[in-house]
Amino acid sequence: MRTIGIMNRVLKELFRDKRTLALMFLAPILIMLLMSVIFNTNSSTDVSIGTISVSHKLNQQMADIKHVTVKTYDTKSAAKKALKNEKIDAIVKKNGSNYSLTYANTDSTKTATVKLAFKNALTATSINQLKSALTKSTKATVKLQAQLQAIQKQQAAATASAKAGSAATAAQQATSTKATSTTMATKSTSQKTPKITNHYVYGDKDTGYFAKMLPILMGFFVFFFVFLISGMALLKERTTGTLDRLLATPVKRSSIVFGYMLSYGVLAVIQTILIVLVTVWLLGIEVVGNMASVIVINLILALVALAFGILLSTFANSEFQMMQFIPLVIVPQVFFSGIIPLDSMAAWVKDISYIIPIKYAGDAVTDIIMRGTSIWHLGFDIGILLIFLVVLTVLNIVGLKRYRKV
Amino acid sequence: MSQAIIDLQHLAKKFGNQTVLKDINLTVNPGEIVGLIGPSGAGKSTVIKVTLGMEVTSGGSAKVFGTVMPNRQLLGRIGYMAQTDALYDTLTGRENLKFYGLMKGIAKADMTREVDYVAKVVDLTADLNKRVSGYSGGMMRRLSLAIALLGKPDLLILDEPTVGIDPALRRQIWAELGRIRDEGRSILITTHVMDEAELCGRVALLLDGKVMAFDAPAALEQQYQVKTIEDVFLKAEGVE
Ligand SMILES: Nc1ncnc2c1ncn2[C@@H]1O[C@H](COP(=O)(O)OP(=O)(O)OP(=O)(O)O)[C@@H](O)[C@H]1O
Ligand SMILES: [Mg+2]
Repeated sequence: MRTIGIMNRVLKELFRDKRTLALMFLAPILIMLLMSVIFNTNSSTDVSIGTISVSHKLNQQMADIKHVTVKTYDTKSAAKKALKNEKIDAIVKKNGSNYSLTYANTDSTKTATVKLAFKNALTATSINQLKSALTKSTKATVKLQAQLQAIQKQQAAATASAKAGSAATAAQQATSTKATSTTMATKSTSQKTPKITNHYVYGDKDTGYFAKMLPILMGFFVFFFVFLISGMALLKERTTGTLDRLLATPVKRSSIVFGYMLSYGVLAVIQTILIVLVTVWLLGIEVVGNMASVIVINLILALVALAFGILLSTFANSEFQMMQFIPLVIVPQVFFSGIIPLDSMAAWVKDISYIIPIKYAGDAVTDIIMRGTSIWHLGFDIGILLIFLVVLTVLNIVGLKRYRKV
Repeated sequence: MSQAIIDLQHLAKKFGNQTVLKDINLTVNPGEIVGLIGPSGAGKSTVIKVTLGMEVTSGGSAKVFGTVMPNRQLLGRIGYMAQTDALYDTLTGRENLKFYGLMKGIAKADMTREVDYVAKVVDLTADLNKRVSGYSGGMMRRLSLAIALLGKPDLLILDEPTVGIDPALRRQIWAELGRIRDEGRSILITTHVMDEAELCGRVALLLDGKVMAFDAPAALEQQYQVKTIEDVFLKAEGVE
């Protein structure tokens, strides 16, 4: 009963603070729109590809593709230098029948464009080769038939002459040899699928993409705003004395914490729904999995953020001191949340990410949005988040003892 | 003799190295107004906080309604008004009253009646639907007092309740405090206004972490051979 009362009061206060509300709901939308514009408009970007010992035909095919220019290099070092100086965005090198591709990968859209262009060009080239091989072999067959007819004629005309007979056999042998080699050529052309190996100067194949960042971004917004606003709210309760006065009534300490949780839970649900709707309708990003699951995960994350905010607010004596937690608490979370790939980092750096709540929410939401994983299969991530939540909540309830001893 | 509502025995309180209260002995009987006076920083608010169980004692015992504090359930029978206003200023006066009423455990059915009654006592009925952010300092103080009065508590603990309140309203509030006393309820009040101290049943003078004197105003004046409580205060403090 008292818990509900506290929830109602906190919500009332929140919904009367129009500016904070606007910040919570409009800022994420604005930032996401901006990001989608920045990350997606350069999908028609111009790329230039440096090639080494690649066939003239393939070069031609690639250059014919829109937004693609091709530069040929004689040596690998020359091409690498150009890549480093940002003259080209990728190198295509032919090793025997295989290709090795190196991407600068500082811009993931460029990498994607190069990949697509090369694949298309390669397919087109091999189709052309097939075609020409086919025509060649057809021609050879026609020639063979003509030769055979000529031989038969010769044989009919000069059966008596033994000399002429031996000459015909020699000719026949030569022709048949030729035919065999043609067949072999046709065969080898159709079977040859060149192996392509990809190299990245920066990052890996998963780098970037707004779609990849989105699930983490969503969690970040929820965490950031709930952490900051709830922390500030509790700080205000403490400094204005309302917390003392509240604790001078028979209210349980846990009721205060749960009341805050309920109200900020409501807020987080609204915020998540809004963000999901914006991403799906405005930004056109596909959500493969269940949207309700996305909301559930973000709700749990919001509660973790709330508990975190309340806990840290006890270490702050002013709103400005609360702001000082942003570089200490929020920014590192962004680094380790998975927005930046951690695979290439040192093991101990990777270990830090295990204590970052946003990482677990980000992983879970990524699975839901991109792979359509059911929430029931995300027990690990949810479990860890719940452990965070329980531990922080207990700490908060016990921590309120500072202000009332029972 | 009936049991004392507040019973502080040899109470001591330290904040780190600073000893604020050394030896406090204080009782508040049913149907009595006890005034707590003393210079700023003497520890009046600290006495109140220990009595409420918001701070633990460093020594001695604090009993309220015969039970050792801190005790959460007992807080429902105490009306507390802090020295700071402690109001939610985005909410209206009525919303503040209702919220604290709910926290105190006032039944829904009685809420409207209770809120209207305490608002009348502090003369805020007309401004009840205004947001607190638009209140004057005195209005906030009155709302804070109204919150303490909610639910007819058996014990009122008021920390400087009449600061910033005009004389007419102050008289009205003291009339209400007198009525509360006559109902057999008890009040512990701190004040820097010595005329108010004269209106208390007994006055405790807090100095150097001790209760220097604790008696009815008239008896104190006799003891110090002065005419007013103000002179008692000044004489005790050593200011001539
Ligand atoms: N939480 C605290 N931590 C440390 N010291 C404190 C704390 N609360 C009070 N004090 C100290 O205890 C002393 C008494 O403070 P208290 O608020 O009880 O004084 P007071 O008699 O109510 O004064 P005033 O008349 O100005 O309200 C002061 O010196 C104050 O600095
Ligand atoms: Mg005080």
